[in-house]
Amino acid sequence: MTDVLAIADHRRGKLRDVSYEIATAGRGLADDLGGDLHLVVISGTVDDFAAKLDRDGVDVVHTVSDGEEYNHDIYIQAIEQLTADIDPQYVLVPNSVNGLDYAPALAGRLERPIVTDTIGLESDGETLVATREMYGGKVETTVELEGPAVVTIRGAEWPKAEGTGDAEIRSFDVEIDDAALGSTVNGFEEVAGGDVDIADADVLVSVGRGIDEEENLEIIHDLADALDATVSSSRPIVDNGWLPKNRQVGQSGKVVTPDVYIAIGISGAVQHVAGMKGSETIVAINTDPNAPIMDIADYAIHDDLFDVVPALTEQFQ
Amino acid sequence: MKILVTVSEVATVEDAFEIDGTTIADQYLGADLNEWDDYAVEEAVQLQEADLADEVVTVTIGPEDADQTIRQALAKGADRALRVWDDDLADVGLLDPGTKADLLAAVVDDEQPDLVLSGVQTGDDSFGATGVALADRVGYQWAAVVNHLEHEFADDTASVRRELEGGVEELTDVDLPAVLTIQTGINEPRYASLRGIRQAQRKPLEVQTLDDLGIEGVDSALALTEMYEPESETDVTVWEGGADDTAGDLASLLREKGVAQ
Ligand SMILES: Cc1cc2nc3c(=O)[nH]c(=O)nc-3n(C[C@H](O)[C@H](O)[C@H](O)COP(=O)(O)OP(=O)(O)OC[C@H]3O[C@@H](n4cnc5c(N)ncnc54)[C@H](O)[C@@H]3O)c2cc1C
Ligand SMILES: Nc1ncnc2c1ncn2[C@@H]1O[C@H](COP(=O)(O)O)[C@@H](O)[C@H]1O
Repeated sequence: MTDVLAIADHRRGKLRDVSYEIATAGRGLADDLGGDLHLVVISGTVDDFAAKLDRDGVDVVHTVSDGEEYNHDIYIQAIEQLTADIDPQYVLVPNSVNGLDYAPALAGRLERPIVTDTIGLESDGETLVATREMYGGKVETTVELEGPAVVTIRGAEWPKAEGTGDAEIRSFDVEIDDAALGSTVNGFEEVAGGDVDIADADVLVSVGRGIDEEENLEIIHDLADALDATVSSSRPIVDNGWLPKNRQVGQSGKVVTPDVYIAIGISGAVQHVAGMKGSETIVAINTDPNAPIMDIADYAIHDDLFDVVPALTEQFQ
Repeated sequence: MKILVTVSEVATVEDAFEIDGTTIADQYLGADLNEWDDYAVEEAVQLQEADLADEVVTVTIGPEDADQTIRQALAKGADRALRVWDDDLADVGLLDPGTKADLLAAVVDDEQPDLVLSGVQTGDDSFGATGVALADRVGYQWAAVVNHLEHEFADDTASVRRELEGGVEELTDVDLPAVLTIQTGINEPRYASLRGIRQAQRKPLEVQTLDDLGIEGVDSALALTEMYEPESETDVTVWEGGADDTAGDLASLLREKGVAQ
């Protein structure tokens, strides 16, 4: 068992970036083991996907044509059968919303342990050493697990595999047990629409849970007005109904790349950072000098937002 | 309909902390009800208030200290609680999701709920995996990252929305019995009332050992070997001084960048 099997992620006809990143992560592990890297792409326009996935370092791309969109039971049955066929030491899955929907059940089905949301991977063939965060990114840890495993990888941690490879493209026939399909996808809906598109803003004044109370948002709006900037937020502010969904920055909200992003009382959880780390200049105002947002900020003020924000507004009045 | 809610107590960390070996030193740690599980409890209680559920039971793997968190869930309206603990578990450093799922599966086998509500993830370990692993162990259907549940269960299915990336939701029907992992924002979790808190003291909280569950010993698949503070990716400039000074520094930067001129 020296091979690695990595699963591609796609949605509504498009491969997601993590599919190329997982090829890089998978190649690294396959090199550690001295084995081959197999990718598999399941459901949808698999031939088109397979051609795109044939990048440097990929040895085989398997295609499974059953299904149109993601269905966890089809994914699990397909991967289970492919795993029995090629016997990989590691099965790599993107730590995406869909990855988290099938990987833990897949691990159970394969009777393998699972480690999720990894940001670094190494193996000597028997022991896998995985790096992952804990406590909302305040610390990093290494964990070890023995033998074959299912591993999910965080997006945007590994570079995308590039180039054109000379992978063998194999169509894999799967026996799908229809009786075991216990869920049906009826459609999709875009929910973050509306009048304001925070992705268009040059300057974002972005507020997080540090603001504490809905009434306090006033100081944020005042600052944004004074700067002629747009207000955005982290998720809890939207969850609480204090701002509409179209203001949410992050994995399940919008990806923004303004000239200046001012993060106020935002800790910098990975799902938030996924939506703003491409900003040109990042300023963080946070009482906690160890908040993960500090790791990606260009400028920081380790102080109380209730002191700093009004003082800043005053500077522009 | 009977609902089982998996409720975890998570460790919270103070702003300034020290690492002691592979853990954060005790004096910097606090405990709280896991944010995602708070939403799961609320959803279950709302289903009960709508007469769609007749019993809401919580289950927690944790030591006696976790009782305070469990009582919070009871104070918000759950009917009774189970806590799984054993001295053997105290020796396991980091419980992996598969092991947690094995323990919870034994409880599901006993309780036979129609619906299990779990959180998307724990705020401390953040595996995001235990709910779906549990579904597989007990042969239930499941859906991960659910941010809407239709309060109507026609034809023994649950209609849910799964929150995908980038502001897209997937509309899915899931056969019951099922495990749903609940995302924040699905509802507005209540604060426990004083009356609720008083009542919670009298609600049943039963402890089950590995023996009671018929499980022979546990062994986590994950060994935690190192813990350290992450390195900064940027050369961050930290402005020092009082708020007027730091606000002045930031104002200068913004003017330099042509903001608000
Ligand atoms: C599947 C999934 C998808 C998600 N999608 C998103 C997403 O799209 N966007 C998103 O943002 N999150 C998302 N999250 C949630 C994410 O994990 C975090 O829970 C969230 O980002 C935390 O928001 P926050 O930083 O505002 O709150 P917290 O993490 O609670 O941070 C609050 C910060 O405020 C600081 N603070 C407190 N008081 C003050 C004060 N007086 N002055 C200055 N600073 C203060 C604290 O030090 C702390 O750092 C998602 C989670 C999951 C599991
Ligand atoms: N110790 C525990 N006791 C009860 N439920 C748990 C425990 N740990 C995790 N869970 C449940 O599983 C969910 C996901 O946890 P995790 O896989 O650790 O991120 C949590 O939101 C809880 O609902």
